[in-house]
Amino acid sequence: MSNFWSIFVIVLVVGNILGMVWLLFSTSKGSDVNEAETTGHEWDGIKELNNPLPRWWLWLFVLTIVYAVGYLYFYPGLGSYEGSLGWSQKGEFEQAIVENNARKAEFYAEFKEMDIPVLATSAKAMEAAERLFGNNCSTCHGSGGGGAKGFPNLTDDDWLYNNDPASLVATLTNGRAGVMPNLNLSPSDVTVMAYYVKHLAGDEVSEHVQLEGKKRFATCAACHGQDGTGNKALGAPNLTDNVWLHGSRIADIEKILREGKRGNMPSFKSILSQDEIRLLSAYVLTLSSSEEASAE
Amino acid sequence: MKHETIEKNSALMGVLIALVISVAGIAEIVPLMFQAQTTQPSPGVIPYPAVELAGRDVYVSEGCYNCHSQMIRPFVSESLRYGPPSLAGESVYDRPFQWGSKRTGPDLARVGGRYTDEWHLAHLINPRDLVPESNMPGFPWLQDKEVDGELITTKMRALRWLGDPYTDEQIASASSDVEGVTEMDALIAYLQFLGVANNGRAQQ
Repeated sequence: MSNFWSIFVIVLVVGNILGMVWLLFSTSKGSDVNEAETTGHEWDGIKELNNPLPRWWLWLFVLTIVYAVGYLYFYPGLGSYEGSLGWSQKGEFEQAIVENNARKAEFYAEFKEMDIPVLATSAKAMEAAERLFGNNCSTCHGSGGGGAKGFPNLTDDDWLYNNDPASLVATLTNGRAGVMPNLNLSPSDVTVMAYYVKHLAGDEVSEHVQLEGKKRFATCAACHGQDGTGNKALGAPNLTDNVWLHGSRIADIEKILREGKRGNMPSFKSILSQDEIRLLSAYVLTLSSSEEASAE
Repeated sequence: MKHETIEKNSALMGVLIALVISVAGIAEIVPLMFQAQTTQPSPGVIPYPAVELAGRDVYVSEGCYNCHSQMIRPFVSESLRYGPPSLAGESVYDRPFQWGSKRTGPDLARVGGRYTDEWHLAHLINPRDLVPESNMPGFPWLQDKEVDGELITTKMRALRWLGDPYTDEQIASASSDVEGVTEMDALIAYLQFLGVANNGRAQQ
């Protein structure tokens, strides 16, 4: 704040307080008023009295003024003057962050040495992870991890990328970008391949589709593998199971063949700490295994 | 002075009332209009490009501010969830600002980059497809209407007249920038632009 504005504020604040003091005492009456004064108004013999403000009331006003003076001494209020306590909103926030980081460090200390599969068995760690999941992951993957169209279900046992602890940490840390390119297929090829993909997953299709599809699948095999079981290093989905991330209708599959698809898992490197990412990786493992257990 | 002097002189009383009720504003608000901290953009904050500006108008016209604030307060809980506290210098190109005063939905001050474009599209069409618990309305009709290029050009000229540093090229290309852009595209571009300059995340 420049000197001018600092003085501007000080003059106004001090002037305002002095003005209040003046107003209070210039309009109050001394205590020496003995006989009741009237305003001169009279209605049918009833007179309006003009008594002074009760003493306790007057003192309340005085108290607020004293409070204001004290406040302005301790806290910033007078222009650039920072107050004798040196308090600031920014300082208070930064202090709170430091304290919170310390508490977090203390909480995560015991988990540092634990491997991710071990973390997954710690009730205390998973309780914290569940909250992290709710705040950071549930908007896309659903609060129970069930996913949505275009956003992978984390509770099944189908993995686009590898599910070993290191890969999970990498997924959360750096994000993942899956690319299904637009292959510029002719409209008839799109339809044939859509049915062929359904065939890979077990649907009955005509012999024509089987023959033509198999021929053209060589291009797809580069990412999805010769047998269509996918490639977890690239995040190329397994086409032979019945998990359909982007929809299982022929129209859904045709759309992807026509336009390509970009899968994008954002990076959480700058949002979550490594400790938090490790806890979440373990939590994702528990989501998947709990489903397996219930399926059995 | 007797209080009846004031009470019986309405002109004097009027002047004193005006003084009393304006002094706080003059001391607290007027100086802010001349502080670099509140009038200069924070590092990295730039005026909304044409598409984002059009999206901002959609945001305002759909009343998003009724449920979403754009003001992260300086509390630990807020910064853990939304990012670093909002700074005055981040709102200098907002006319009017979208700080809001009610959070039915989450704060959006730093939502840019948090989700993918695809997520926003699916979520704006029907939020419950992605978040079954959500009570946010869907906005599917935004896909049907395109942004008016001429209107955006006019708005950018007006904003430049108010002091936003748009370049001649930006204004000249505004119309072609928004060509074929639906209100949905524009709104998503706006959301992805929010707070990215200072969201506390490393540039990726």
